[in-house]
Amino acid sequence: MTDGGPLLELRGVSKVFGAVRALNGVDFTAYPGQVTALAGDNGAGKSVTIKTISGLWEPTEGQILWEGRPVHLRSPNDAEALGITTIYQDLALCDNLDIVQNMFLGHERMRHHLLDETTMELAARKTLSDLHVTTVRSIRQPVASLSGGQRQSVAVAKAVMQAAKLVIMDEPTAALGVAQTRMVLDLIRRLSHQGTAVILISHNLNDVFEVADRISILYLGQMVAEGPLADFDRQVVVDYMTTGESSRAAAG
Amino acid sequence: MTDTIDEPTASGEDPAGVELHPADESTPANALAPDELVVLVPDVLADSIGDYTRAWWKRIRSGESGALPIIIGLVVICIFFEVQSSAFLTATNIVNLFVQAAFIVLLGMAELYALILSEIDLSVGFVGAVGAAIAMALIEAPQNWPWWAGVIVGLAACAVIGAFQGTIITRLKIPSFVVTLAGLLGWQGVLIYVFDVDKGAVGGVITISNNVISDLVSGNMTPWAGWILLVVLVALFGITSVLKTTRRRAQGLSAPPLSITLLTVGAVAVAGVVLVYICNLNRGALTPVEGVPWVIPFLLVILVLQTVLLGRTKLGRYTYAIGASPEAARRAGINVSLVRTIAFALCSFTAGLAAIVYASRLGSISVGFDGGTYVLYAVAAAVIGGASLFGGHGKPIHPLLGGLVIATLTNGLALLNISTAGTDIATAVVLLVAVAVDSTLRRRGRSGAV
Repeated sequence: MTDGGPLLELRGVSKVFGAVRALNGVDFTAYPGQVTALAGDNGAGKSVTIKTISGLWEPTEGQILWEGRPVHLRSPNDAEALGITTIYQDLALCDNLDIVQNMFLGHERMRHHLLDETTMELAARKTLSDLHVTTVRSIRQPVASLSGGQRQSVAVAKAVMQAAKLVIMDEPTAALGVAQTRMVLDLIRRLSHQGTAVILISHNLNDVFEVADRISILYLGQMVAEGPLADFDRQVVVDYMTTGESSRAAAG
Repeated sequence: MTDTIDEPTASGEDPAGVELHPADESTPANALAPDELVVLVPDVLADSIGDYTRAWWKRIRSGESGALPIIIGLVVICIFFEVQSSAFLTATNIVNLFVQAAFIVLLGMAELYALILSEIDLSVGFVGAVGAAIAMALIEAPQNWPWWAGVIVGLAACAVIGAFQGTIITRLKIPSFVVTLAGLLGWQGVLIYVFDVDKGAVGGVITISNNVISDLVSGNMTPWAGWILLVVLVALFGITSVLKTTRRRAQGLSAPPLSITLLTVGAVAVAGVVLVYICNLNRGALTPVEGVPWVIPFLLVILVLQTVLLGRTKLGRYTYAIGASPEAARRAGINVSLVRTIAFALCSFTAGLAAIVYASRLGSISVGFDGGTYVLYAVAAAVIGGASLFGGHGKPIHPLLGGLVIATLTNGLALLNISTAGTDIATAVVLLVAVAVDSTLRRRGRSGAV
């Protein structure tokens, strides 16, 4: 699947907050149909990177290329218009709304100027079953009654529904139990098999090594290693994350 | 489908149905018990009356009690008053009760917009009164505008006031409590000013002579018109309910059993027949007075409009979303400030309707309008009826039921010659009991599950 060009490419992206240089000349690529893990210790710049990609912050320097063309992401709406969806740690679902309502929140289908619940429910059900999330008989329950993994599923399905080309998942398995984590990882794999580019931010190297195709490692605002995951082993990744270099690896 | 209700689903500890992993015995604490998943949605999971009843009962026990406790409470209160005073369940008094309730119900519906947003509007009483006073001043001498023109201007004034307050709340990020507390004081001042300016106001009172306005509450439909309206409404309700159920089933979507739909329509029809029958009894002493007061269909229209607005439009959907999680709404691309401002405008607009009903009932509106107390009754009506103070929940039916409870108490206690002091205390007790019952049921539901 690596034959095509990258879907998203950051070239020499820097972000400066006052005296703090949060990102320093970061290069980063994400390919369609692949899961790219973005690793790094706390404060390495993972959040700044994804906020730049999702249009929350404009880079101070550098270029963002989307499908090979330079783009300016000035707001989340710009990113969304391109097909970039970010699924945040706290998920951003409304507890009081049901699954269908959440999946269509902000993108409701209308009929005669009223909400077209039937069409939305059918479409939501199809998307969920395409992702093998088979809560079919209960997609009308409020999200408040769902488990963490199910909420992640709804958030992912929402991204798929909006025809996202790039899905950024911020710590999707934090706070999840074993079974729920498995469910979410399976979902990530299915999402990438459908041709979607996925950027996975995770502290959990087990998750990274289980689903990621590529890895990019940030250290103090700089990209210190990037490449196919097969070129890395756990110890090398840990070395890069903690010290910014690895004596053991030839990769990078 | 009995098994989905009483037994864990086939996929064991993983209700979302992704592949089952028998090795994972450790169901995480936040995983959903299949049982819990099922109790929340009887309407969409049951295929027969038996299933439906069982699922429904489970939902009640799990704390999603809906309107049932409040309806039971209302019946209990009615029985109590009927035992105490034979004057309670007379046609005159029952009609009177609805007429009394209309104002608080409408004001509660106004407050509902703010409550769903997880906000509060303390100014609804006086804002409504300002609008009604403007309308009446324009309609009555010396202005003598047509009634509809006066009403439009009055209601528009309310909407503008609401949009103004909403703008301050959203743009300057000042808590609605503070902004509308200022409104509570300020709009009372404006109300007094309207009476000062209006040359038709005598001693701080504008008396209503316009027939249309006074007939809104004091006028009745002819008995026949009442029956015809009932038949039309029940037929409409029945046809749309059945069509909706059958259409959903045809699409392969879950829907309540047809028998449940028919039972609901039947219950509504019976309630309507009883109401219209009572209203059509002669309740006049010397000259015959009979027929459904116009204010009842008026309330129904507002109820339907608000239900459609909140339940079937983007604006309504976004209002609920913002009430539960403004951040989620913002990330979904919703213009949160705009929706909140519109909701506050709708809140004030509905308050204007309430105050016009108030003026119609009294035949006048006076500078002594007690907007400070009425707003508290409005909040009480919505909360007693089942709306949440914490936002994201509440339907137009809630202030309707809650307003009826308050009106019933006021009415019944007055029949028993109990002082205002006693009425206030009784209302307070009912408010506390209603909220306590509701939150106890909910808490039991939370801890009982998982």
